[in-house]
Amino acid sequence: MGNVDDDGATFQQSYAKCSNGTTKASTPISNGHIPNQHLAESCRDEQQQPQQQKVPQDEQEEELQQLLLNKQLKFSAPAYTEIRTRSGGLNFKGVSESSYHPAKQAEANGYVSQTGSSCDKFKPSRADGVLSAEQEHYQKTSFEDVPLYTACLTYLGFYLLMILGYINQLLFVPKVATEKGREGYVALYDAFESFYSRYVYRRVRDCWNRPICSVPGDELVLKDRVTDDYGWSFRFTGTETRCLNLGSYNYLGFAAATGPCADDSENRARQDGLAYCSPRSELGNTQLHIDLERLTARYCGVEDAIVFGMGFATNALNLPSLLGPDCLVVSDEKNHASIILGLRLSGATTRVFKHNSMRDLERVLRNGICYGNPKKGGKPWNKIMILVEGIFSMEGSIVRLPEIIALKKKYKAYLYLDEAHSIGSMGPTGRGVVEYFGADPKDVDILMGTFTKSFGSAGGYIAGSKKLIDFLRTNSHAHCYAGSISPPIVQQIYTSMSIIMGEDNTDTGRQKVQQLARNTRYFRRRLAQMGVITYGHEDSPVVPMLVYLFSKIGAVIRTLTTRHIAVVGAGFPATPIMEGRIRFCLSAAHTKEQLDYALDVIDDVSENLGLKYSRKPRDPHPIEY
Amino acid sequence: MMGIQLFNELGSIFRNTPTYALVLETLLLITVIALLLHKRGGRGLSKEQQESLIEQYEPEPLVADTDPDHPLLHTRLVESRVGKRIVVNGHDCLNVGSHNYLGLLEDNEILEEACKCLRKYGVGSCGPRGFYGTMDVHLELEDRLAKFMGLEEAIVYSYGFSTVASAIPAYAKRGDIIYVDEAVNFAIQKGLDASRSTIVFFKHNDVQDLERSLQQQEKRDQQNPKKAQKTRRFLVVEGIYMNTGKLCPLPELVELRKKYKLRLFLDETVSFGTLGKTGRGITEHFNVNRLSGLGYIFSASLPPMLTQAAISALDRFEREPQIFGQLQERSRQVHTQFKLFTKLKLDGDELSPVKHLYLAESRESFEVESKLFSQVSDKCIERGVAVVEAAYLRNREHKPIRPSLRIAVNRLLTDKDIREIFDVIEAVSIAVL
Repeated sequence: MGNVDDDGATFQQSYAKCSNGTTKASTPISNGHIPNQHLAESCRDEQQQPQQQKVPQDEQEEELQQLLLNKQLKFSAPAYTEIRTRSGGLNFKGVSESSYHPAKQAEANGYVSQTGSSCDKFKPSRADGVLSAEQEHYQKTSFEDVPLYTACLTYLGFYLLMILGYINQLLFVPKVATEKGREGYVALYDAFESFYSRYVYRRVRDCWNRPICSVPGDELVLKDRVTDDYGWSFRFTGTETRCLNLGSYNYLGFAAATGPCADDSENRARQDGLAYCSPRSELGNTQLHIDLERLTARYCGVEDAIVFGMGFATNALNLPSLLGPDCLVVSDEKNHASIILGLRLSGATTRVFKHNSMRDLERVLRNGICYGNPKKGGKPWNKIMILVEGIFSMEGSIVRLPEIIALKKKYKAYLYLDEAHSIGSMGPTGRGVVEYFGADPKDVDILMGTFTKSFGSAGGYIAGSKKLIDFLRTNSHAHCYAGSISPPIVQQIYTSMSIIMGEDNTDTGRQKVQQLARNTRYFRRRLAQMGVITYGHEDSPVVPMLVYLFSKIGAVIRTLTTRHIAVVGAGFPATPIMEGRIRFCLSAAHTKEQLDYALDVIDDVSENLGLKYSRKPRDPHPIEY
Repeated sequence: MMGIQLFNELGSIFRNTPTYALVLETLLLITVIALLLHKRGGRGLSKEQQESLIEQYEPEPLVADTDPDHPLLHTRLVESRVGKRIVVNGHDCLNVGSHNYLGLLEDNEILEEACKCLRKYGVGSCGPRGFYGTMDVHLELEDRLAKFMGLEEAIVYSYGFSTVASAIPAYAKRGDIIYVDEAVNFAIQKGLDASRSTIVFFKHNDVQDLERSLQQQEKRDQQNPKKAQKTRRFLVVEGIYMNTGKLCPLPELVELRKKYKLRLFLDETVSFGTLGKTGRGITEHFNVNRLSGLGYIFSASLPPMLTQAAISALDRFEREPQIFGQLQERSRQVHTQFKLFTKLKLDGDELSPVKHLYLAESRESFEVESKLFSQVSDKCIERGVAVVEAAYLRNREHKPIRPSLRIAVNRLLTDKDIREIFDVIEAVSIAVL
């Protein structure tokens, strides 16, 4: 196995102590099944009884709960056993920091997240109700508060960096950074912006934008570079490093230079050339594009779809056609930059709700309807649109779709779901979060996604009713003005999508999806067992590991590179100052051996760099693949 | 002691104040309190009110109904590889519709290189540039581009349309001023929207008009010098205007740039690789050096194979600079020939590979003109010439655009081809108009 901790015995002991000697927290899964299911179910029964005895104050609310309950029961089937990675009842501190994290809210809302599956931890009697869907969401979402001293250190470290940066800026102004031939002009960049990128970000600049010279598959080849002037500029050494790739969004492993996709794409390029040099609206529309749109519609289970050449532009250029100044957009605070740009272009009023908080979403929706457009004296909004992502790429969390659909129906809002990361990577056959939750795709008004990630290509789509897509065909900026997608790129999407759908008469696609799901669960559990803090949903292949300190991001990335693992880090301003993190993206292309290697190294590195912040009980049992 | 004194003092104030003043002040106090309380309490609706509002709320449909006969729903179908010839809707045509000016789409060498690249890197790059999406071909392309243009650095975006749309807001922020030619293409318009800066349009290619607004701004700056120090000013123009086919008066603009300390954004979507003796764009055409300080904006495609195609194209550019001369020669020929249409009016610069044909006598509305052009274009395609009307989202452009046939000149066209194209369009336009 090779994945048993040397110190298993000690872990076991401390674990037993922590969980108050109650039921065994999580049995090792023997074959991907759910040994704890009946236990969990009995838990649920217990907690539901007092709730149902309570006289409902509001009939509608009860109805909603019932609806959610039904939904929950429907999709609770794949409740995989997991280690609860939240600090259940152990040492919760006050919620002094403003919190948008589910667990923090859970706590504020009055229920304690549970450790293991010990039923006595549930406190279902609190007034504002225990929505079972909500609860399930929290159960499956890992989150842990930052230890106080780490928080202090992080701020201290960050300010130290800033102060050093300022001193540095005063003393040395390097030649490379001054603009030539523009004397007397107003500086091109903001003072802080340029200061930050020059004197803070530069210290870790080598950890980003690393050039590679291979397929970004399960492994990649880094082009080595060194800097002679502390990060101002880089020089290639001419050598290369082969690394295990935990950084690319190659969820299903379709990024490959061989195999059916690459073959088809090459043939397509030879047959149809490399480009059409014209937008779809003029001379760039081919049968291939039409076929891809039909396939995408079928894949998403809706009437029609429209495809675009770039994922980012799909959001940024289509939102303005759908929204106008009299529309209200209710947007998750962790939404991607492309959505924010699209909203800015549209001129609609945007209100942000706390990340994945249904309570806050409902509050914003209620206020929106009740008070109308304040700029027009409370006139009702023309449209209200909820904008969420399937998997949030920095948080690793999954949208709470069934609850959002219920809210959307209640408040007659429209739902725009960005499946950039989740399409292909979630659900039993890779159809995204809609399938994962067993929701009806027709309940989501606008399904958007990209081809860059799971499909190993480029571009994006929007799928939905025929009426919607026809409207976009006649109003979308990208459809009318931007060049149509290049033939080999379309072919790559087409072939990979057919494979996922099993239309090539093999079960390669299905296997890939399952492999990814398996890798994800294994990797997340092992990380939790190690004692590092991760965020996000147990089934999300995006795994952020919290390192908090800005300098540790650089340290981890560099150390991992020397051990031949390529990962991605994210720090301020992409995340809050507090929450520097390393992000792993899993892929179906990874084998268990590769993951084991990576995990062993991560274990080692986090031991050395002090990343094992978690104070939760750890699962003493070896995690089975 | 002090307390008693203070009390006495207050008492004497009360006693000395006339009654009407006391009453007035008390009333005032009550009003203030009432207002404060009212504001706090009045905002909240009761739960029943809220419920009924939610019950009554009826949103507009997500999208309006679309006319099933809308031209954009019935786009033409391309059924062959694009080159000098193209098969559209089953008709084999000479192609003056695709923006394949240099005819590099038919270059098999570029195709081979791109396929080789596909076999090395796969199709997609599976990540943004920061996260292992940068391949050595991207760096090579940026490097080569910068060298080719004689500039410090270049950056490659993955989607032509978004290059400008994201480059402008990357530099221009709220409070800045952008001077823009009113005929700029739609992508630039979107970039301007995203920047949230103050936008000042000037008349198409009218340097005097631009200078007038610059002078106005100068006056305003003198009134508020502090603000002026923080305001960045940009000038956004295109090398060759996609929407009109005209060249921008670059030397004059550069003069103004120096005089008023503007930063010049030049969109060379069309002019790059078409103007100048060696294809270096409009700067070479006008012999202007060093346009931009840091960061020059360019577009290419992120998938490595397309990046490689761009590199190979640059190779061609450097190896065979005569192709640009050939293209300019063709553009000139087409220009001379196309001036002779009886029912259509040619617009655009003679050197520009993009030209527009407008109706010689204008019709009553956009729809009518657009429909006529659509008929012309359909008939031309039936008769073996692929020419299309320029597609616009009419209600989304910042100013109305006149419908036109957009001609894209291809380097590989021969004299005979040009004559043939002319004859067909002439015959069709006379028949239809």
